[in-house]
Amino acid sequence: MSAVIDDHGHATDHAHGPAKGLMRWVLTTNHKDIGTLYLWFAFSMFLLGGSFAMVIRAELFQPGLQIVQPEFFNQMTTMHGLVMVFGAVMPAFVGLANWMVPLMIGAPDMALPRMNNFSFWLLPAAFILLVSTLFTPGGGPNFGWTFYAPLSTTYAPESVTFFIFAIHLMGISSIMGAINVIATILNLRAPGMTLMKMPLFVWTWLITAFLLIAVMPVLAGCVTMMLMDIHFGTSFFSAAGGGDPVLFQHVFWFFGHPEVYIMILPAFGAVSSIIPTFSRKPLFGYTSMVYATASIAFLSFIVWAHHMFVVGIPLVGELFFMYATLLIAVPTGVKVFNWASTMWQGSLTFETPMLFAVAFVILFSIGGFSGLMLAIAPADFQYQDTYFVVAHFHYVLVPGAIFGIFASAYYWMPKWTGHMYDETLGKLHFWLSFIGMNMAFFPMHFVGLAGMPRRIPDYNLQFADFNMVSSIGAFMFGATQIFFLFIVIKTIRGGEPAPAKPWDGAEGLEWSIPSPAPYHTFTTPPEVK
Amino acid sequence: MATHEHYYVPAQSKWPIIATVGMFVTVLGLATWFNDLKAARPESHGPLIFFIGSLLLAYMLFGWFGTVIKESRGGLYSAQMDRSFRWGMSWFIFSEVMFFIAFFGALFYVRHVSGPALGGEGAKGIAHMLWPNFQFTWPLLNNPDSKLFPPPKEVISPWGLPLLNTVLLVSSSVTVTIAHHALKKGHRGALKIWLAITVLLGCAFLGFQAEEYMHAYQELGLTLGSGIYGATFFMLTGFHGAHVTIGTIILFVMLMRIMRGHFDNEHQFGFEAASWYWHFVDVVWIGLFVFVYVL
Repeated sequence: MSAVIDDHGHATDHAHGPAKGLMRWVLTTNHKDIGTLYLWFAFSMFLLGGSFAMVIRAELFQPGLQIVQPEFFNQMTTMHGLVMVFGAVMPAFVGLANWMVPLMIGAPDMALPRMNNFSFWLLPAAFILLVSTLFTPGGGPNFGWTFYAPLSTTYAPESVTFFIFAIHLMGISSIMGAINVIATILNLRAPGMTLMKMPLFVWTWLITAFLLIAVMPVLAGCVTMMLMDIHFGTSFFSAAGGGDPVLFQHVFWFFGHPEVYIMILPAFGAVSSIIPTFSRKPLFGYTSMVYATASIAFLSFIVWAHHMFVVGIPLVGELFFMYATLLIAVPTGVKVFNWASTMWQGSLTFETPMLFAVAFVILFSIGGFSGLMLAIAPADFQYQDTYFVVAHFHYVLVPGAIFGIFASAYYWMPKWTGHMYDETLGKLHFWLSFIGMNMAFFPMHFVGLAGMPRRIPDYNLQFADFNMVSSIGAFMFGATQIFFLFIVIKTIRGGEPAPAKPWDGAEGLEWSIPSPAPYHTFTTPPEVK
Repeated sequence: MATHEHYYVPAQSKWPIIATVGMFVTVLGLATWFNDLKAARPESHGPLIFFIGSLLLAYMLFGWFGTVIKESRGGLYSAQMDRSFRWGMSWFIFSEVMFFIAFFGALFYVRHVSGPALGGEGAKGIAHMLWPNFQFTWPLLNNPDSKLFPPPKEVISPWGLPLLNTVLLVSSSVTVTIAHHALKKGHRGALKIWLAITVLLGCAFLGFQAEEYMHAYQELGLTLGSGIYGATFFMLTGFHGAHVTIGTIILFVMLMRIMRGHFDNEHQFGFEAASWYWHFVDVVWIGLFVFVYVL
């Protein structure tokens, strides 16, 4: 290789530790700093989106209108979804990727460190734009997080324009973040780290990044069509001009379905590191895990219309999308089987990360099963737009994505902070979350099957008891997350010093460096056997 | 291993945050402006905010790219860094392809699924009851509601300006490739001439497209508001035109850098990235010519 290296300049570049003060965070190009920023941002959005959910559950505590008006209720359901999807879950996984991918593959940093900073800071900008609309005269977006036209075009409040540009900023951020992850994984692996030696978290993120680059531009196209319909007289979603409102749903769900895998695949990867660690056994079926992830990603592009079974798509479409959707159960089943087999005859211990990971496997499977029920088109005609759907996707997102994030946070927190978290408090956090979340979402299956519609601030008296149980569970789950904040701060401030490898069964390059991880790691790449 | 030299990790940088603020201010201005226009509010701060944001973005582009060029010329980038840039640019172009696919998808869907159904064809032809007199044809010279969306009198013929533009753009892909070969062989004179020709071809394309748009708006009544034909036509060709504009600017910047003696046989990623982008824009145009103009 012929590149010229200015050794002197290089030395000064790496001599610096973290800069002092606030500007460290604003100007940083360090993957650990940026990972930390992403994680804190995601957590604050999690609390914000959670507080919107608390408003929803408070209103639904009893039948009748008590606390908020329907107009504001709609804004709460919309903003809860948007903030949780784009503000909490996605940035949390990007934060984990920022912290862990370079450490796992022996890279000095992300491939494009300045762009990395740009990707992060666009997110607060986007959410300031989005959330501030709640305080404007017409109110915030009120058309649901799926923002179907023409509710989001012809009948939308003025804030929809701000919403559109906020989505654009989030999309730019996600695309740049994903490009960075791919370039890092493909180009910065340590010598000897072949693709099939990569930890599964790296694999799942590689595939997630591909999904992001493939579908975020489609979302951008979708909101651009909305913008043009609203402000420049086009008729993409208006039949009067030859367009079609259903076109919106096709474009949106072409983005939307891969999007749900974007929110779960990195959790699959993290759990695939955590379960072997606490089972003290290598992961069962590594290769099949990689292929299963790739299959899920492929299938995610040809199942989108299962979100649209009742809009009147042709019979052949119903059948195609139904069978394609049911197929997803196969690679997902492979994964669940592999996690269970990894635990089989292992020397199991149940530290907090493992508790979250095991709960992930079981509860995510429940969400998967209700997904199978929803995938069957004739059955979906009954479930469509009921609380059963809400129960389904909260089971894959809360004990799926979010438990995956909690498991990862406890698992790698010793590496990040240099301290062990308090195991008793961690377990308490787990059990309160576990009970609260099941209390909140399990009854939704029942009220949904009995016919309670989504997105309505009032309901029939027959649903009263289950809704009260749901609300109590939701309050419990919500309050527990403040407790998580306390645990994290306590761990940062002190606690038992963490060794380089705090988990005796853990494997991977991230455990070969001290805890807390030094500001710069792997400036010369390690050799991987 | 020779492919793993010290990887250049830049120190702190002010450019990303300037980019963020610039982008935030720009879209804030645009959203304010659009909303004020729609509500017919006489005094809007939108244009001013938008202008300030754009200035910030322009400053950022000069500064950020300037820094990268300086670092590259200072020899800070290894071959591995070069590969990161290549992966980055490739995936960026892929994301652009997906953006266009959304609009092509909308076009195909309307032409082959929802349009025919609205005209009464097929299993979902019941949609015809909405506008019983509507007949679906393509190009769509009558809209279901012609008062709300006045249809065009005529659409652009592919065999006039669009064909000329196809020739221009395909030629420009050839000339940029000739320039690239000249760069590799160290023929600086030929490089400058062929690259300059490419930039001129790009400008000519844009000029003719502007003429086509004026013709469409002033004589044919083909506008953004003339139903789904106008919507898909202008969004696809318009976004393509925007990309040609960006591509032409990028190639022009490359020409300026070459004038200053930048790039050699080994360090030429900036030039290559520009030419990749240009080929991408060319391929999109072929798709447009076939599916928007001809078929």
